[in-house]
Amino acid sequence: MSLAQLLSHLRALPEMVLLAGACALMLVDLASKSETRRLSYLFAQGVLLIAFCATLFVLSESEGKRYYIFYGLFVSDLLSHVLKLFAFITVSAVLVYARPYLHERGLLKGEFLTLLLFALLGILVMISANSFLSLYLGLELLTLCLYALVALNRDSAASTEAAMKYFVLGALASGLLLYGMSMIYGATGSLLFTDIGPQTAALAASSSSMRTLLVFGLVFVVAGIAFKLGAVPFHMWIPDVYHGASTAVTLVIGTAPKLAAFAMALRLLVNGLPALAVDWQQMLVVLAVLSMALGNLAAIAQSNLKRMLAYSTISHMGFMLLGLLSGVVGGNRLNAVDAYGAAMFYTAVYVLMSLGAFGVLLLASRQGAECERLEDMKGMNRRDPWLAFLMLLMMFSLAGIPPMAGFYAKFAVISAVVQAGQLWLAVAAVAFSLVGAFYYLRVVKLMYFDDPAGVAVPAGGGSARWLLSVNGLALLALGLLPQGLMALCQAAIRSL
Amino acid sequence: MLETIVFYAFAAILLGAALRVITARNPVHAALALVLAFFTAAGIWLLLRAEFLAITLLLVYVGAVMVLFLFVVMMLDVNLERLREGFWKNLPMAVVVGGIMAFELVAMLASRHFGSATSTRVVPAGYSNTRELGRVLYTQYVYAFEIAAVILLVAIIAAIALTLRRRKDTKALDPALQLAARREERVRLVSMPAETER
Repeated sequence: MSLAQLLSHLRALPEMVLLAGACALMLVDLASKSETRRLSYLFAQGVLLIAFCATLFVLSESEGKRYYIFYGLFVSDLLSHVLKLFAFITVSAVLVYARPYLHERGLLKGEFLTLLLFALLGILVMISANSFLSLYLGLELLTLCLYALVALNRDSAASTEAAMKYFVLGALASGLLLYGMSMIYGATGSLLFTDIGPQTAALAASSSSMRTLLVFGLVFVVAGIAFKLGAVPFHMWIPDVYHGASTAVTLVIGTAPKLAAFAMALRLLVNGLPALAVDWQQMLVVLAVLSMALGNLAAIAQSNLKRMLAYSTISHMGFMLLGLLSGVVGGNRLNAVDAYGAAMFYTAVYVLMSLGAFGVLLLASRQGAECERLEDMKGMNRRDPWLAFLMLLMMFSLAGIPPMAGFYAKFAVISAVVQAGQLWLAVAAVAFSLVGAFYYLRVVKLMYFDDPAGVAVPAGGGSARWLLSVNGLALLALGLLPQGLMALCQAAIRSL
Repeated sequence: MLETIVFYAFAAILLGAALRVITARNPVHAALALVLAFFTAAGIWLLLRAEFLAITLLLVYVGAVMVLFLFVVMMLDVNLERLREGFWKNLPMAVVVGGIMAFELVAMLASRHFGSATSTRVVPAGYSNTRELGRVLYTQYVYAFEIAAVILLVAIIAAIALTLRRRKDTKALDPALQLAARREERVRLVSMPAETER
């Protein structure tokens, strides 16, 4: 192997840095005796920063071109770089938010940091996957870390139960996904998306029985994706896991993995099976409508904030699917950049909102006084006006009220759906968003118009508080000036 | 001809052993039958000239996994009789489900879809599938291989993090602490008035 060939593998530099960093973190953590894990924490943040810079380096060096390395198992394009940058920022923020919470409860162990970094590695592998094999392995790496993170709070029966449910259902979903993949592999004889794309087009056109086999495999693949996204009817794990896991772990599950699930859907369906777009778009219509309906309606009935946000996740993922399903109209991809770009924008903004909402819950909780019921929000404005204002920004954004980023994200997706000529879907999306606005605004009402109840929220939080302010204001700024991020998302989609 | 006879003999033994796994009342017998099933499957793989897979199956499954499994079965002392109570009651339903699955499997395999997948390529002399597997594993699939290794590492970390509990009442000694002990901590000089004999 020549030197140039060897150097071409440096396009996986972010992954290499992260892997080396995560392994080194295990050793560093041995030296970190203090309860605050200051050394390990700073080391983890340092690894994230270096990996972030490595991604920027690879991005600037690739000049917008697409490269395949590791015999085609790994793809390096603008989409992967942008999603990786998002993932690094997200996980870094997760660490900042989660650290004081975990420390107070004695859960801040080295394993939390190590598993988080390995989960991030899984996310990166999924984002850059160009083969069923690398996609599946990345997915397993991510979910294995998540199961362990949920179960890490060993003394809590709720956490253990949530981990068990997550594990069993997750294994089932992986099985479905693998089954679907094996069928498509059986039909096309290749694991690489770049080969499967043209192969499926030829096969689907050649004979109807082949097409039936491919669609059969597709059903299982879509079911696997829907499970990872948490779309109805594969959503059962979401409320229980969000509720059972400690809030810090819920923050982990509710944010960065959504980027990976989006990348997985994009790589599998758009990259790998574009010839079957008519079929998977129909499946996604069902998933999207059911998710929006059930997510928004069930969230109204919840008295637990974490459960409410879990159902809100389901509805948001349904909304995001609307973008994915309106890319190809009547066999041409004219609408693809707009639609997939809108879906990507939606995912990024959703991750930001989810970070903020769970961040507020983490900051408002204290040892022995978890802030996770609706009543805990009562009179928040009088106890801590700034935190209440930040929560108000998050809730407005989640509800999609202008001028927040959530509004623009919804607007972009709906306009893509209208362009695709599916007016009834757009109407349904707006209607369910209106239903959803009720429970977001209920939180605002509780914070501003009800008398304080329960214990006071102690001030403090330090760096987490600062970052949360930045997070909330970023949502406002993105709502006012969405063009930059939107252009970035569309450029990323064009590189697909 | 001989190969066909051997194949059918092995297949019959495999099916018999597999049947025994699920019908044996004694879990130890079931585990032993499973060993036989693995062993026979390895034989069939050898017939297909996949000697590396056959040896791996023997070493990993029969040699390590099954022995571990036997140990666990012997040590757990599970009352499996109770687990089996509903067997005859559920049998009709199970037969229907199993029948449908078998039908689907046959229909799938008999159809033309997978016809092209079974190639009867002639293998050149001196062909070693161990080397071929190793070659693709460390070239074409090295990326996947590395990630699989990371997954195993995560499994180790998670297993330790979830199960390691430092018991407070343990009697184990820590040599480092023993060596660090100083005389002042262990020996106390007490001055006492001298006692005289009466």
